[in-house]
Formats: sequence, C-alpha cells, structure tokens
Amino acid sequence: MATVELRFSALPEHVRTARLVAAAVARRAGVDESVLDELRLAVGEACSRAVALHQRNGVEGAVRVALTEQEKRFLIEVADEAGPGHTGAPGSGAEDEDALGLAVITGLVEDVEVGNGADGGVIRMSWPVSPASVTV
Amino acid sequence: MDLSLSTRTVGDRTVVEVGGEIDVYTAPKLREQLVELVNDGNYHLVVDMEGVDFLDSTGLGVLVGGLKRVRAHEGSLRLVCNQERILKIFRITGLTKVFPIHNSVDEAVAATD
Repeated sequence: MATVELRFSALPEHVRTARLVAAAVARRAGVDESVLDELRLAVGEACSRAVALHQRNGVEGAVRVALTEQEKRFLIEVADEAGPGHTGAPGSGAEDEDALGLAVITGLVEDVEVGNGADGGVIRMSWPVSPASVTV
Repeated sequence: MDLSLSTRTVGDRTVVEVGGEIDVYTAPKLREQLVELVNDGNYHLVVDMEGVDFLDSTGLGVLVGGLKRVRAHEGSLRLVCNQERILKIFRITGLTKVFPIHNSVDEAVAATD
C-alpha cells in the first residue's frame, strides 16, 4: 500500500497541490533536500501530462498519485485514466508539449519508467532515501 | 502562489516581469500576455524571470511560442534569469541554445545580436 495516495480530477488547478504533497511526503521520507526541487518538478510534469491526456482525449476521470516509502527508495507513480496507449495527434502542438514534458522528466530523474496500463499511462519514478536524514 | 505579470517599455524593448509559478494552470495567462503584446506591435520582448519560483514544460512551451511569434516579425525574445534551478530546466531541454539568456534586464535591453 502507498504511504500517501492522492486522487484528483484531471484539471490543471490541482497539479500544484500534487507537487506540494509529493514534496512534503518525500521530505519526511528522507529524500535529500537537494533533489526535492527536481522531484517537485518531475511530479508536476507527470501530472500535467496526465491532465493534458485527459483533456485531449475528452475523457473525464482522475489522476492518481501514489507516494510509497520503501526501505531505500522513495517511489512515485502517476497514473491517468485517459485510455490505453494515447499520444498526441502527429504534428500537433500538443505532441510537442508532451515531448518537452517527458524530456524534463527523463532529464531530471535517473530511475524513470513510462508505461501503459488498461486505464491509461503510468509514470514510475524513484529517488534514493538517505537513512541518516529519516525523520523518526 | 499565483502568477504575476507586469510590463514596461525600455527604449524599443518591452520588459515583461514575471513572478510566482509558471505551470500548467498559470501558463495560459503568460501566453495571453505575450500574444497581446505581439498583436499590439511589440516585437522585441525581454522576459524577466528573476521572480519566478517554479517553471515547468508548459511554461517552456509558452516561451517557445512567444519566440516564434516575435520572430515572424523579425523580433526578439530575451530572457533574464540567474536562478540555477530554473536555468537547469532550459539546459536539460536544450533550450539554452534557443533563447538568449541574460544576467540582468539592463544587459538584455542593451543586447543587439
């Protein structure tokens, strides 16, 4: 089970909330302060992408953000419900933005996996947890 | 934290001072501002990002869109940014090669090449 799980309607105004929650839970889990900015940005990008996929496909639904504290890693999963295997229409501006968002995520996060589930896409990312800084 | 925007004219340049967070929610406001400036005939823009706390790819997309618009009129779009965490986003997306990035508004306003 995730340490903290967040579900929000696929609307842009909620992405900031997801960023703030993810960063707060990560800090508490012992993720190094120096990577929290990157983590916040990566979560925001993954959520923005999920929201955009919903809007582009005209699908209502929720974005799920699962934050899981493991022994040595802090795992974040961002899942959409925009349907299986959706990408932007070829040559559209939306596709450019999608590519830019993924470029930011893969540029920031060493351990990242972009996959597809039955309901939509899932982005899995993880960061190391430094044992010394774990809050007791 | 929301997005704040203010514009002023310095010589033939229009300086857009941006503050707060540029993300998927607030970026459309910045897009509107840039489109409006270009439609009003302001083709040499300086976007001052010193007050920006957060920038994501949606914001980058809006800046690229602004650049395309001013270039269609032989114009320019320069950025002012000294914040490492913001500069990093331009670097990892290769956009440091696309935008002239300056240390100060004075420098950006004086730049000609």
